[in-house]
Amino acid sequence: MKATVVHDHFPPASNRDASLGYRRREHALMLLLMSPAVLVVFVLLLIPLGWLIGQSFYADGFTLEHYQRILTERIYWNTFWVTFRISFIVTLLALLMGYPIAYATSILPRRWSMLVLALVILPFWTSVLVRAYAWLILLQRSGVVNESLMGIGLIDAPLALVHNELGTIIATVHILLPFMVLPLYATMQKIPKDLIQAGASLGGSPLHVFTRVFFPLSLSGVLAGMTLVFVLCLGFYITPELVGGGRTVMASMLVSRNIQLYSDWGAASAVSVVLLICVLIIFYVVSRLVPLEKILGAK
Amino acid sequence: MKDTNCFKYLLGFSVVAAGTVGADDSLADGQITFVSQGGAYQEAQTIAILDPVAEALGITINQESAPDAWPMIRTQGTTGQAVWDVVDTPPLNCVRGGNQGLIEELDFSQIPNAESMPEEYKTPYSVAYEFYSSVLAYNPDAFDGNPPQSWEDFWNVEEFPGNRALRNHPLGTLEAALMADGVAREELYPLDVDRAFEKLEEIKPHITTWWTSGGQSAQLLYDGEVDMLMIWNGRVSAIINEGANAEFTYNDGVLQNTHLCIIEGAPNLETAVEFINAAIDPEYQANLPLHIDYGPGNPAAFDTGKIPDDRARELPSFPENAERQVLMSYEWWASSAGEEAERRWLDFMQR
Repeated sequence: MKATVVHDHFPPASNRDASLGYRRREHALMLLLMSPAVLVVFVLLLIPLGWLIGQSFYADGFTLEHYQRILTERIYWNTFWVTFRISFIVTLLALLMGYPIAYATSILPRRWSMLVLALVILPFWTSVLVRAYAWLILLQRSGVVNESLMGIGLIDAPLALVHNELGTIIATVHILLPFMVLPLYATMQKIPKDLIQAGASLGGSPLHVFTRVFFPLSLSGVLAGMTLVFVLCLGFYITPELVGGGRTVMASMLVSRNIQLYSDWGAASAVSVVLLICVLIIFYVVSRLVPLEKILGAK
Repeated sequence: MKDTNCFKYLLGFSVVAAGTVGADDSLADGQITFVSQGGAYQEAQTIAILDPVAEALGITINQESAPDAWPMIRTQGTTGQAVWDVVDTPPLNCVRGGNQGLIEELDFSQIPNAESMPEEYKTPYSVAYEFYSSVLAYNPDAFDGNPPQSWEDFWNVEEFPGNRALRNHPLGTLEAALMADGVAREELYPLDVDRAFEKLEEIKPHITTWWTSGGQSAQLLYDGEVDMLMIWNGRVSAIINEGANAEFTYNDGVLQNTHLCIIEGAPNLETAVEFINAAIDPEYQANLPLHIDYGPGNPAAFDTGKIPDDRARELPSFPENAERQVLMSYEWWASSAGEEAERRWLDFMQR
């Protein structure tokens, strides 16, 4: 399979000149086919983004005051600290929960693995808003979880499971779990089974084979899943707003508060730009370790 | 487009493009664009006030809704590209907007219906349209015949144990904190912001939820998630009507209203002024409480005989109820001290 691909792109040296013209035509055709997509990205993403960045430096003329405020006021530091802390915890939890799911899926017979994957993807079809409310109902004082725990006598008074950071983390992990499981599954599925058998035949215990062979080979998937979950979590808005009880202020909520408070797009834009830069830095660092197209699922 | 600034130009362009009324309508008479806050409230006033006024004046009222009108007021005001005419919004927006040249100053000689209204129901830029109140509501079962009746009780966690909720916003909340600290209702303004935040720190550990939307506050009480909370009277009445186990008191309530104001450079200024005068006509104002739990902005509506007495007594702006509450001073909230207090809020929440 691989050999034929190579052959297509690097034909024999004898007709290199002819193929050069062919490849040029092919490139031109590709560009033409891509142009609607490029146009959409340019008009709907790059221009507004440029505008956003421009605005963040604007208040009756050029200014750095919005960035100055972010650097000097404590609430901005606090908010970004909370945002990163929550994202980090969510990423770890998603990994702890997602890895066994992905592992089981990758070794199950195809029929069963498809079922598990379907169950993982199913929540995607429910809106984030509905899921946030569902968690409220499950976790609140008189909710199912507290009532059952009290019913079986495990606790005497209801636990504060929601309207706080804990509730935010629970609901966010639930929403982001598929983004961990899918890249992990894709990576694990490609790990040749012979390697595991080889390890076992050489006398490795199952645990040994897992820690020395399987796990290292799945690391690129781990990194891809963690990056996706972390970056998506950084921008979460509806979930912390609804289940965070008002105390859990994440960066995207700061954007909307800035519009209400300073009635000023510049202040809000600056927060968005800082968040965007954080994301770009994360992607850059990770891309030095794993190719980006792998994270985004292209390979 | 007078302004050559690129940002403002683009901003203005997007507003014009987003508005339903094109620029070519700007000279047309007999119509206005009216903006309110949507939902059941806008539907109720359409039946009670807007439709009858449109018919009486022979004008077309194009409706839009914006739960938070301030960013749009600011955009339209700063670009000089007004597409809205009249906005129904908290007077804070009218006064702040007026101070910044975004809202027209009203010529009250053209608005005779406002003459009999109390001075504190008017600002140079706006006039009261309807009243609501931030009240103390509770679940009576949680208190065994002795429910909290004031913010002092709300702050008293020993005598009144239970889960509590407050609004995640300084407006009204700072007033409640000061009343809890023993400040008399008539001596609240100017608010002692430091003292209010200090008092809020005291109750903070006992607050289960700082709510952000009216629906959320109602749900908290309905589900029994909290035992007492600050809530808008319309929201708590609605769940009481649905059979929720809830009661509320107007005692110590923070009486709030929305005002009508006109965007600076409104395309239909004359019609807009005419509309405002008609919209606060006691006859139309008296229709409003028949459709929703809000009080008329013009108290003369209580004298029309249209509002049944038992209904009138349920309304936040009914004189006997109003006496037990504090009227929020939007002038203070629009002042620099008020803005400063608003900015301190997020800091307080995160501490």
